[in-house]
Amino acid sequence: MFEQSISTLAQKLRNKDISSVELTRLFLARIAKLDPQLNSFITVSEQRALEQAAAADALLQSGKGTSLTGIPVAHKDLFCTEGTLTTCGSRMLNNFIPPYESTVTSRIQQAGAVMLGKTNMDEFAMGSSNENSFYGAVKNPWNLDMVPGGSSGGSAAAVAAGLAVAATGTDTGGSIRQPASFCGITGLKPTYGRVSRFGMIAYASSLDQGGPMAKSAEDCAHLMQAMAGFDEKDSTSADKPADDYLANLNTPLTGLKIGLPKEYFGEGLDPQVADVIMAAVKEFEKLGATVKEISLPNLQLSIPSYYVIAPSEASSNLSRFDGVRFGHRCDDPKDLLDMYMRSRAEGFGTEVQKRIMIGTYALSEGYYDAYYLKAQKIRRLIKEDFVKALEEVDVIMGPVAPTTAFGLGSKTSDPVAMYLEDIYTLSVNLAGIPAMSIPAGFADGMPVGLQVMGNYFAEAKLLNVAHQYQQHTDWHLQTPTMAKGA
Amino acid sequence: MNWEVVIGLEIHTQLSTKSKLFSGAAVGFGAEPNTQTTLVDLGMPGALPVFNKEALRMAVMFGHAINAEIGMTSVFARKNYFYPDLPKGYQTSQMDHPIVGKGYLDVMLEDGTTSRIGITRAHLEEDAGKSLHEDFQGMTGIDLNRSSTPLLEIVSEPDIRSAKEAVAYVKMIHSIVTYLGICDGNMAEGSMRCDINLSLRPKGQKEYGTRTEIKNVNSFRFIEKAIYTEIERQADILEDGGRIIQETRLYDPEKNETRSMRSKEDANDYRYFPCPDLLPVVLTQEYVDNIKATLPELPSQKAARFQSEHGLSEYDANVLSSSRAMADFFENANNVVKDPKLTANWVMGELSKLLNQEQLDIENSPVSAQTFGELLVRIKDNTINGKTAKDVLQAMWDGEGSADAIIEAKGLKQVTDTGAIEAMIQTILDANATQVEQYRAADEDKQKKMIGFFVGQVMKASQGKANPGLVNPILVKMLKG
Repeated sequence: MFEQSISTLAQKLRNKDISSVELTRLFLARIAKLDPQLNSFITVSEQRALEQAAAADALLQSGKGTSLTGIPVAHKDLFCTEGTLTTCGSRMLNNFIPPYESTVTSRIQQAGAVMLGKTNMDEFAMGSSNENSFYGAVKNPWNLDMVPGGSSGGSAAAVAAGLAVAATGTDTGGSIRQPASFCGITGLKPTYGRVSRFGMIAYASSLDQGGPMAKSAEDCAHLMQAMAGFDEKDSTSADKPADDYLANLNTPLTGLKIGLPKEYFGEGLDPQVADVIMAAVKEFEKLGATVKEISLPNLQLSIPSYYVIAPSEASSNLSRFDGVRFGHRCDDPKDLLDMYMRSRAEGFGTEVQKRIMIGTYALSEGYYDAYYLKAQKIRRLIKEDFVKALEEVDVIMGPVAPTTAFGLGSKTSDPVAMYLEDIYTLSVNLAGIPAMSIPAGFADGMPVGLQVMGNYFAEAKLLNVAHQYQQHTDWHLQTPTMAKGA
Repeated sequence: MNWEVVIGLEIHTQLSTKSKLFSGAAVGFGAEPNTQTTLVDLGMPGALPVFNKEALRMAVMFGHAINAEIGMTSVFARKNYFYPDLPKGYQTSQMDHPIVGKGYLDVMLEDGTTSRIGITRAHLEEDAGKSLHEDFQGMTGIDLNRSSTPLLEIVSEPDIRSAKEAVAYVKMIHSIVTYLGICDGNMAEGSMRCDINLSLRPKGQKEYGTRTEIKNVNSFRFIEKAIYTEIERQADILEDGGRIIQETRLYDPEKNETRSMRSKEDANDYRYFPCPDLLPVVLTQEYVDNIKATLPELPSQKAARFQSEHGLSEYDANVLSSSRAMADFFENANNVVKDPKLTANWVMGELSKLLNQEQLDIENSPVSAQTFGELLVRIKDNTINGKTAKDVLQAMWDGEGSADAIIEAKGLKQVTDTGAIEAMIQTILDANATQVEQYRAADEDKQKKMIGFFVGQVMKASQGKANPGLVNPILVKMLKG
């Protein structure tokens, strides 16, 4: 049951083959049994889940609801959920129960989905391995000694292990795609502005974007139907109607023009990963697509540009965590400054503190032009590269990450090696275009994700491309051994 | 040494929008702490700002009123600093691309001279909350009702050269924003606050001296006094061979002194950068032009019209147009009596006197423009004389009814029957034979001085009701015998 698609489960729920309460209990039992090995949930909201499931059953009884009604999902713990602890993976928010609901979780809830709980993540979404969580590292279901990727590592691991049908994630520099790749699931980072950021705890506001993480492109499309669309509460959300993401999944790929950026296949790319990607590209050619080499010349600059812009915004976004109104406050502050300093030093982990300092430095007087402004100039160049390339091709393909999942602890002492993990994903966020990670094979027993990037608001196209691939391959149907036992 | 003072002003004007600059919370003064807030004003995680378009419209109106370039693309920026009543840890403001660019105002001083004050810019920004230091046993209470209230910060060039000029400029800004209806102008409640940048330099020197900034002065009188005090303080230091330290100072009205708040070394690095949660505000020419078309008549335009249309003096026209309420009162009253000079004299004279006595704004005058106009009609048609009219106005003020009702009830109607006046005069001449003899013996100059006695007697006998315009000629004629 846990391996089945949203469409199948929706049918079963509608046919009364199973009730949402039963399905929810099944997943809660799986979480109880398997998650101690994975640590993919920070909070399991059993009571809320069962209440929602009962409500979904009542709705289904009357023949109403959507394809998500009664489907158990999980939310990354940076979406604020009313009445349910929302930590953002941080000690700072160890006690934070929001009195409001994020637009994303609210829309998914309105579509009838059941929230099983909140998934683990790198603190404030800063990380590529999910090792930066106050609630402990998440393990990769394919190999418990490996990282699941980050920052949406909890969501990726939970979906891969069948602890939730699907999950939400957020992607600031690859945080949906890289863990999806490492855990062998399908993830979509939508166009910046396609999904509302209201109620999403901000890391870097101009880059953050929520999106679906699921077993297949079709499941992602079901989630996008609920998540996407204009939100008047988010001024940066796109004021244009969302597409029907399910409508064109079956459009044949004949004549699809695929661009392969040569910079994505250069030094640093694991040859085994390269082989998997090239095999996937061959599969697309069989489906009628044509392939041409393209160039995204400023790829290398995406790392310095990102690691100035994102920390700059973060340094400001995280100022509100000051111990005054909510979140962690140190014991017995001597005075105001002491309260600020100790509350923040105790509440934030090392990586968060590091990025706040980098950002504060980059924005400070005398450095702003050399760092922040220059990074913004590079960002425009990167965007122009994509715009130009996407005039010639329909989609761009390449690896999501240079390697498969790496060992827990293997890169924690080398931040530059860790930052290099994001080389193929960061530029997408800087440009604001949508991109997916699709399971495309394995290297040494670990999943490899194919990255598919498209033009602004081309989510439906990406989902169509991914779905067609998944109709002809079964990489997305593979299940890690540890998930089969329960 | 002969010092020249150089002053630039930053005026924070609270825009009178219904809701806040970036949230739907109501704007209001005096509500229970933290009751006028939303997630946005509280700086909750994940809360996002949504720009209030009404504040934009008001800012563009102001831009037109000061002859300014309108920023067709303006950008909100974050000004980052930590303070407990600044919930997000930054203030959303505008830095490089303000909504209103360079403009100017021509300010008229009391001596009738005009000086042009340049306005560097005016930008939109959100206000912070308030820290409450009382009643919390050594802790600080935070009230975020004011958080995200819209402000328009109006920054002048250092073109101001005296306290009087500064006050005239602030009054002019006050008058414009209230005319436009974009600010209630209530300085006591903080709707307008002024930061004063002030430096001295030897007369004739081109370079500016080191300046200090006096923060948050909130009345015309305090602005004037703070400037005088600060000039004196700086001059004393300079004349003793000292140097001015660039710093922020506070004006204490009780001690009438400014004192240091923080020096430049303690100043924050605000790390301004464009706010990524808000898109740049891009205006169309049509939008800007449409707002221009909605501008009401401004004080200077009104003053000019009062001179050309109503024949008022420049001084009267300026006084009457200094506030929209005063101008409206004048025009509404004049519509009833159709005598601008008479109306101007009575609005600026007796009515203003009563308002001042009770410290009331003209908006709250117990006598309406309409009823005030009706009183003036009775002066104009000689039903009552000016002296009686003052009493009638006082009775109206005290709520005793309309002018006509009071005149009727108290029998104050002026005597205009010449026969009755002649009879009254005859009685008085008969009773004062000695004075009549003296008058008749005197020369013309002396007679002119003596006639007052007889007029006084007549007015006394008539209880003020005799029409002075009739009494005089009849009296002169009858005294001749």
